[in-house]
Amino acid sequence: MTSPVRFTFFKRPLQAVAIAALVCVSLGATDAGSRFNDLGHRMMCTCGCAQLLGECNHVGCPNSEGERNELSAAITDGKTDPEILADFSAKYGATVLAAPTTKGFDLVAWIAPFAFLAAGLLLAILLVLRWSEKKAQAVVVAASPETDAIREKIRRETGSDGGF
Amino acid sequence: MAAFGSLALYIALALAAYNLLAGIIALRMIATGQQARISPERLADSARRAGIAGFVAVTAAAFALVWSVFKNDFSIAYIVQHSNKALPGAYKFAALWSGQEGSLLLWAWLLGTYGFVLRLTHKQDVKLYAYAGTILASVQFFFLLVLTFAARPFSLQTGGIPDDGNGLNPLLQYPEMVIHPPMLYLGYVGFSVPFAFALGALMMRYPGEKWIKITRVWTMVTWLFLTCGIFLGMHWAYAVLGWGGYWGWDPVENASFMPWLTGTAFLHSVMMQEKKGMMKSWNVWLIFTTFLLTLLGTLLTRAGLVSSVHAFAQSSIGDWFVTFMVITLAVCIFTYIVQHSHLKSEHALESLVSRESSFLFNNLVLLTACFVILWGTLFPILSEYVEGSKVTVGAPFYNRVAIPIGLFLLFLTGVGPLLPWRATSFRSIKRNFILPVVALWSTVIVCLAVGVRPWKDGSLDQGNFYALVAFALCAAVFTAIISEFLRGAAVIAKQTGRNLFAATYLLTRRNTRRYGGYIIHIGVVIIVIGLAGAAFNRSEEKEMALHDKLAIGPYILESVGATQDSNANYNTEFALLNVTENGKQATEWTHDGWRIFQQPLQMSPEKRVYLSSGQPQTMVAIHSVISWDLYVVYEGTNPDTGQPIIKAFLNPLVSWIWAGLVIIVFGTGIALVPSLTPATASLRVPVAHAVPAEPALRSGD
Repeated sequence: MTSPVRFTFFKRPLQAVAIAALVCVSLGATDAGSRFNDLGHRMMCTCGCAQLLGECNHVGCPNSEGERNELSAAITDGKTDPEILADFSAKYGATVLAAPTTKGFDLVAWIAPFAFLAAGLLLAILLVLRWSEKKAQAVVVAASPETDAIREKIRRETGSDGGF
Repeated sequence: MAAFGSLALYIALALAAYNLLAGIIALRMIATGQQARISPERLADSARRAGIAGFVAVTAAAFALVWSVFKNDFSIAYIVQHSNKALPGAYKFAALWSGQEGSLLLWAWLLGTYGFVLRLTHKQDVKLYAYAGTILASVQFFFLLVLTFAARPFSLQTGGIPDDGNGLNPLLQYPEMVIHPPMLYLGYVGFSVPFAFALGALMMRYPGEKWIKITRVWTMVTWLFLTCGIFLGMHWAYAVLGWGGYWGWDPVENASFMPWLTGTAFLHSVMMQEKKGMMKSWNVWLIFTTFLLTLLGTLLTRAGLVSSVHAFAQSSIGDWFVTFMVITLAVCIFTYIVQHSHLKSEHALESLVSRESSFLFNNLVLLTACFVILWGTLFPILSEYVEGSKVTVGAPFYNRVAIPIGLFLLFLTGVGPLLPWRATSFRSIKRNFILPVVALWSTVIVCLAVGVRPWKDGSLDQGNFYALVAFALCAAVFTAIISEFLRGAAVIAKQTGRNLFAATYLLTRRNTRRYGGYIIHIGVVIIVIGLAGAAFNRSEEKEMALHDKLAIGPYILESVGATQDSNANYNTEFALLNVTENGKQATEWTHDGWRIFQQPLQMSPEKRVYLSSGQPQTMVAIHSVISWDLYVVYEGTNPDTGQPIIKAFLNPLVSWIWAGLVIIVFGTGIALVPSLTPATASLRVPVAHAVPAEPALRSGD
């Protein structure tokens, strides 16, 4: 009786996750306004204020307005996003891009966090499984409140030795 | 006063050196049973007293600097660089931490203050406190060395004494700047204390988990200071930098966030050690890492390794910090290798689906978040080393990598408390999770119904998608927490006959740590809702002549004037904007003494130019309500027409972020209050009725 319940309990969330993952696959904005906004948030202002080009509006910024005009002109000229990013990068240096590219050594920037998480998850799962096995084997010497109390007392009375 | 300050610092350095050396010798003698003319206990106590005297000396030095600022003593180079005569009093006080030398002096003073409290309360456990005091003395010795030889706050001005100073950096002339840095420093410096206890306990093979109980209050208070410091910094960035946001993934923001993440992980995993005797090595390394990250934060702020909006504090003391970090790490590794047998777990995890596992995964995700931020912060340096050219790692990187991790953490925030200790059954999962799952999907449906679309023109809208997921998870987590409260309160209400409110109060009093923690989680949920609102930010920009109008959302801003003003500190120009909302005059609450009343809303964003430095600065006008902030920036004037250019933002749910912080502060306060224990409970019951045999009220989690 429990099996169908279990299935329906997880079915909907799993379907939703699958749909969400499919939605994630598609990318990209299309119209000029969206592209300006999108590209403006993928590049930095070069004045040294450490703000995104699309957000830089501090008083007296010598660069952001000119760069935004350049971006607008490039979109009007019909250049593609990669072409615009490459042009800016060539003109202002790689630091104008707000995030590392996905080529060469830059790719490491994107891979490392997920590799860290994956390795951590794997390690944690293996650790839990190993502990679970050990626990099953050690069931004959399982701790009770009494043994815990005795152990605590022993530690209290002897544990300070060996310090430095 | 410069001579007095310098002398105080030299005395403090000598006392810290004595505290360190005498402490080491005394503790070594105690550990080995070695005999000498002076007993090790007396030597250790003299070291402790030197630490207390050191606090007095550092206080004198800090006082000397503040006094010099207020007295406009421009014979001191630091005062010339960071103050001027016309600077308002509160900002003169802020000059203490506005520059390199002053902020290091503040660090040393706060460390001295923490050490002072620690040394006064040493009778709780004399030997452990002696270890902790000696370790703190080593940190203090380092900072005083830097202050004495590398970043001297009392250096004299060369080439004649100027009539006036250069003034405080305009970015710092804002009310939050009077409290944000001290709060942040209280957090940074405060982590030295649990670090000292952890290292000391490991060195002396401290029996049991008492050291964790001793440091629990220290750690929580420190964590709270750091949390408040970070949020005050966010508010400062929001109100001063004028770009409409509050978090820019700036390296220095990241530097404050990293120890917060590891400190949060420690606060969670330490419960495993207290309750189950597990994760001992992990906890020790978490607190070591947290302390090292606080140093790294200072290094990043000061050494100019990475470009940052906090460039005003840069200097060349990086080598000192790198050396100290290497020595600290070496000591930690050596101590761990020698003593790691003391850290064996007493229990093991029994199931992958249990409260213990949720703590483990919560720690893993927090550590991953910390790694992502560290990686992103340091990758430009790494890239320059490998490729020969720097790259930028900005908001787009963190938004893609850190936001999914943050949402996963939010998911665990909801799941963890619903899982029982040791192991769980499918039946209990179903019982505990049904309501949160219903809340989750109901929120998704409501959000879709009101127009939150995770797609646009057939493609994914990343911001809206994350916002939708965040709202849904927040609803689920909130439901899970509230149902935890109600479940427990219902049992108490049934047992005692109290109403649900009184039962909830008693439930919280019985286990303040657990339910205070839940309140903190509610605060986090509220903050995440506020952060998710950023996906729906809107902005409009317009050059505004008299009576021109700018429409944004339900508001219409009408220019009713633009004017200029000046005082001894700065010249200012600002626009006067009348605001209508949905066609009616908008109003705001204000007060005249104790009388609170509503008045028509008029906003006046301004641009200041500070006279001493000649630097311009925006002063944003913000009208904040529960649903959004109307945020107006004076961008300057059009040089051709002379008309002001106004940029208005409509930022949804921003006030939720600050409200969430208030809830976190409240929750932490609750968690710091001791729970009703069987002992204290029995005091409230007449002796004849006391039944102490079986603890009816349990504390801790």
